[in-house]
Amino acid sequence: MSQFLNLIGSEPDIARVPLMIDSSKWSVIEAGLKCAQGKSVVNSISLKEGEEKFRDQARLIKRYGAAVVVMAFDERGQADTIERKVAIGSRAYDILVNEVGFDPTDIIFDPNVLTVATGIEEHNNYGIAFIEAVRQLRQKYPLANASGGISNVSFSFRGNKVVREAMHAAFLYHAIHAGLTMGIVNAGQLAIYDEIPKDLLELVEDVLLNRRPDATERLLSFAESVKDVAAGVSPAEAGEDARLHTSVEERLSHALVKGIIDHLEPDLEEARTKYPNALSIIEGPLMSGMNIVGDLFGSGKMFLPQVVKSARVMKKAVAYLLPYMEAEKAKAGGVSVRGKVLLATVKGDVHDIGKNIVGVVLGCNNYEVLDLGVMVSAEKILDTAEKEHVDIVGLSGLITPSLDEMVHVAHEMDRRHFDKPLLIGGATTSKLHTAVKIAPRYSHATVHVLDASRAVGVVSSLLTDKRDELVDATRREYEKLRETHKTRDITLLTIEDARRRKPVLEYGKPARPTFFGVRSYDDFPLDRIEPLIDWNPFFQAWELRGRFPKILDEPRARELFDDAQKLLREIVTKRLLTARAVYGFWPANASGDDVELYPDELRRNPIARLHTLRQQQETTTGRNFALADFVAPKDIPDYLGAFAVTTGIGVAELVARFERDHDDYNSIMTKALADRLAEGLAEVIHREARRAWYAPDENLSNEDLIAEKYRGIRPAPGYPACPDHTEKGPLWTLLEVEETIGIRLTESYAMWPAASVSGLYFSHPEARYFAVDMITRDQVENYAARKGMPLAQVERWLAPNLAYEVE
Amino acid sequence: MEKLLEALQQRILIMDGAMGTMIQRYKLDEAGYRGSQFRNHPRDLKGANDLLSLTQPQIIEEIHRAYLDAGADIIETNTFNAQAISMADYGLEPHVYDINHASAQIARKVVDTYSSDRPRFVAGSIGPTNRTASLSPDVNNPAFRGVTFDQLVDAYYEQVRGLVDGGVDILLPETTFDTLNLKAALFAIQKFCADRDVRLPVMASITITDASGRTLSGQTVEASWNSISHAPLLTVGINCALGAREMRPHIEELARIAPIYIHCYPNAGLPNALGEYDETPQSMSALLRDFAENNWLNIVGGCCGTTPDHIRAIAAAVRDLPPRQPAKVDRFLRLSGLESLTVRPDSIGSNFVVVGERTNITGSPKFAQCIKSGDLDGALAIARK
Repeated sequence: MSQFLNLIGSEPDIARVPLMIDSSKWSVIEAGLKCAQGKSVVNSISLKEGEEKFRDQARLIKRYGAAVVVMAFDERGQADTIERKVAIGSRAYDILVNEVGFDPTDIIFDPNVLTVATGIEEHNNYGIAFIEAVRQLRQKYPLANASGGISNVSFSFRGNKVVREAMHAAFLYHAIHAGLTMGIVNAGQLAIYDEIPKDLLELVEDVLLNRRPDATERLLSFAESVKDVAAGVSPAEAGEDARLHTSVEERLSHALVKGIIDHLEPDLEEARTKYPNALSIIEGPLMSGMNIVGDLFGSGKMFLPQVVKSARVMKKAVAYLLPYMEAEKAKAGGVSVRGKVLLATVKGDVHDIGKNIVGVVLGCNNYEVLDLGVMVSAEKILDTAEKEHVDIVGLSGLITPSLDEMVHVAHEMDRRHFDKPLLIGGATTSKLHTAVKIAPRYSHATVHVLDASRAVGVVSSLLTDKRDELVDATRREYEKLRETHKTRDITLLTIEDARRRKPVLEYGKPARPTFFGVRSYDDFPLDRIEPLIDWNPFFQAWELRGRFPKILDEPRARELFDDAQKLLREIVTKRLLTARAVYGFWPANASGDDVELYPDELRRNPIARLHTLRQQQETTTGRNFALADFVAPKDIPDYLGAFAVTTGIGVAELVARFERDHDDYNSIMTKALADRLAEGLAEVIHREARRAWYAPDENLSNEDLIAEKYRGIRPAPGYPACPDHTEKGPLWTLLEVEETIGIRLTESYAMWPAASVSGLYFSHPEARYFAVDMITRDQVENYAARKGMPLAQVERWLAPNLAYEVE
Repeated sequence: MEKLLEALQQRILIMDGAMGTMIQRYKLDEAGYRGSQFRNHPRDLKGANDLLSLTQPQIIEEIHRAYLDAGADIIETNTFNAQAISMADYGLEPHVYDINHASAQIARKVVDTYSSDRPRFVAGSIGPTNRTASLSPDVNNPAFRGVTFDQLVDAYYEQVRGLVDGGVDILLPETTFDTLNLKAALFAIQKFCADRDVRLPVMASITITDASGRTLSGQTVEASWNSISHAPLLTVGINCALGAREMRPHIEELARIAPIYIHCYPNAGLPNALGEYDETPQSMSALLRDFAENNWLNIVGGCCGTTPDHIRAIAAAVRDLPPRQPAKVDRFLRLSGLESLTVRPDSIGSNFVVVGERTNITGSPKFAQCIKSGDLDGALAIARK
């Protein structure tokens, strides 16, 4: 053992990764531990020979500094049921953590993978027992890991690679979803879950998950048939006959996904006849194949070693095409170098496929590429960039920690007074991250490059007179990432025509609020807001696509969400933010497109007049709304509510704390969370208002509340139904917002603190949100007159909505 | 121990500077090293600095005083090489316990006279030995090792026993160029503490010897930290080697990943052609102040080439800066070979760790055959896949 490990220690390729020291002999394990400078894993110890021995061995392992696999064995032998596996795991965990002082993260459960389909009935549940034990142990001890020797499960089918590989892939798939984090697997011989033929998959899963009593027999007879046909050929090679019937694109994609190089050259030759040049083969079918690989990897259906095999195919294909590209380049005549680009996969990351493709593509376009390889430290990147006088520095990475490293490199570039453009690329990078976290760290151009196909465009712009243009555009884009502009060409009705199309609504006998005037909270409990947070806008704010909670399946979203939860917990438990709210009701009636509010039911002297704008576009319903339509005209006693809430008190302090730490991420996170809390509080207060007004018995679930499945709306000035921000003015007076809860309006009518929401409550059952959108001069002039505000001023406030040029 | 923890909460503590550099100033000859006790020792003793604790204790005491006067809160015992493996060069193995015991006592005595204004501490210096447990000194036989783990543990155990009996406050395995040596030192310390039922704070210090950020034995900073994080440590840090300028990114990384206190005591730069160190007290203290401003430091001092003037300047430079609060680190299984591997059980699938199966004698008949027949090269070829 010592001899072999010492040899391994001298082989940098092998010594790079941690060791798992696997022996049933304690003396061998100990000898192994004495040779390993890294932190290894001992596989394994168990309670087989009693607690005392277990404890002694655990103490020594701790002293040697290794993690440990605990097998589900005890004095009575191997555990084969869920209950025993979990009970033994728990007992071992308790001894390790509470008596020996083991760090829970250093414990790896191995609940024993036992062979199924042996023909013995008690063995049928072994697959489920393992998976369930993994699930329960991981749930009970989330800091610990779980592992297993996967190939044991299929021992009954020794010699039948097709069935065994399918069994391993399916078993792993279910075990990983139950929480398995490690596995002893021959990664070179593993089918991909999604590519197991459906009929085989069903048979295999019937056996593994013990879904039917005759599962074993059915799989056995299938096994016999594949044995006859394929004679032990793996599914990865099985579909040979189908080759001739598929397109070259499909074949290349298949080769990439499966990591098969056997037919690569003829397929590439065929592709060369079909595509105009070698580069377009790389950018076309090869890149799309790699995208599939990326997707499968991202969704946990493919594992790293398989990805590496795919990359090998890609590299081989690129190498094969390279001479053709050189020739194409020579034919194109350009031999002078257009610029020098440094590329590197940042420290801590080994993924270089994308970067290499970028390098190839740039090389084809006559740029000199200085590729520093993978795991390159900031120092090396910048030293080289300086020494070699490169024109552009490009960073790549695939795993999430690389993002932080890129931030670090950017920061270092600034510290060392670099001025060359910085390009960011790689699967996990994004325009958003580049804009939020990388670009602010570097005073010069920082550009996110979405994929290899765009690299040439960006690089060539940066190295010619288009540079300033691109840099400015990028800077502007990054600043306004979330702003979108819509420009549409539509015909509009006159305001008179639009008023003729106002909706005809039944008002009946509007419900009367239980009080008039205002109510307020100056310290609303944050934990009551939390369940009403709508997370969708949160992810949109961070530009992650998908619906909550499904979006959490995506690791990036999950990580963001976990970070958010962590901060939210701190905010709620330490009461770092203060939530305040004020709302009120008044008798009200519509008067044309305005709403008059009265101090009492006499409805004589309005205390406020709210002005609303009417839609003027041709709508499919033939109706053109203004918010005033949802309030009854003067002969029917109707009411209106208004509110303002904030959860932004304390944000500045918290943000300052993070900013002192240069922690932009949490600073932004703080604001994003405060915004969500403010919206949540608006929801909570709206419910209270509805109960105090027209829906005393309303009892909707949190989900229904977030989905706004209640009667009534709460549009806010500055939003589509009511685009004029200055309408907050009367609201502030009515509710005495600033005096009561401290939200100020800036000269632009923005609310400060920013995490604030305000608006009007409309009770009409048909009240709904709509967008006023574009309006014409006749309405604007009329509106200005009603408001008593100079036309020019109104035009300034409504600038985004004007369908005409202001003279 | 409480006093030490309290002080660490309040400020950045100052360590002393080089012992060897100071001893050189005394220009001792062979007779000076031997003193009266070792007049008849059969081997040359010039250069056996640790021996001076027995033969010239007043010199060691004077050096300690110079550093305490310069503002050091922690001084290191004169025991860098005082274990049987290194002492074998001088034939001094039988005196290892006495050297450690005497060195600790000298430092203890001096520190006790200084501790009236503020607490000062003695750290028992435990060097890396002159052998490496992970590398072969023989290019033709890569599996050969100059020293075994067990030999290291025995040697360190004896040194620790002398230091603790002599009264040190802290144990400081330092200048670690091979993490396996450090693991052996930590193993010996844990064993000693368990045998004696005592607890002593431990500062573990690694050395980054090449600019790419690896130890001599090839580990990255994070891999090395993962290798030793199991031990109950007061601080982890970097000393010696490249000097503060080149140490910067590595201290930054360590400060980011280690949830315990951080120390750092670099050389005064790299030795120049004349064997002198280039960093002046001013230049070095400015570099270290930058570390402290970045909130990376809890304990700072100097290593080879530094003098009381350096320490005085460093103490002045960081006096008004707050100590670092240990980093908050997510709790995951963190393993390492030459590089680190974090197992994140919170993400499904994409982080799944595949353990190689083919180097398993039960799983791979071919590998079993190679091992049984002694064909280690064949076995290695399988592992390399």
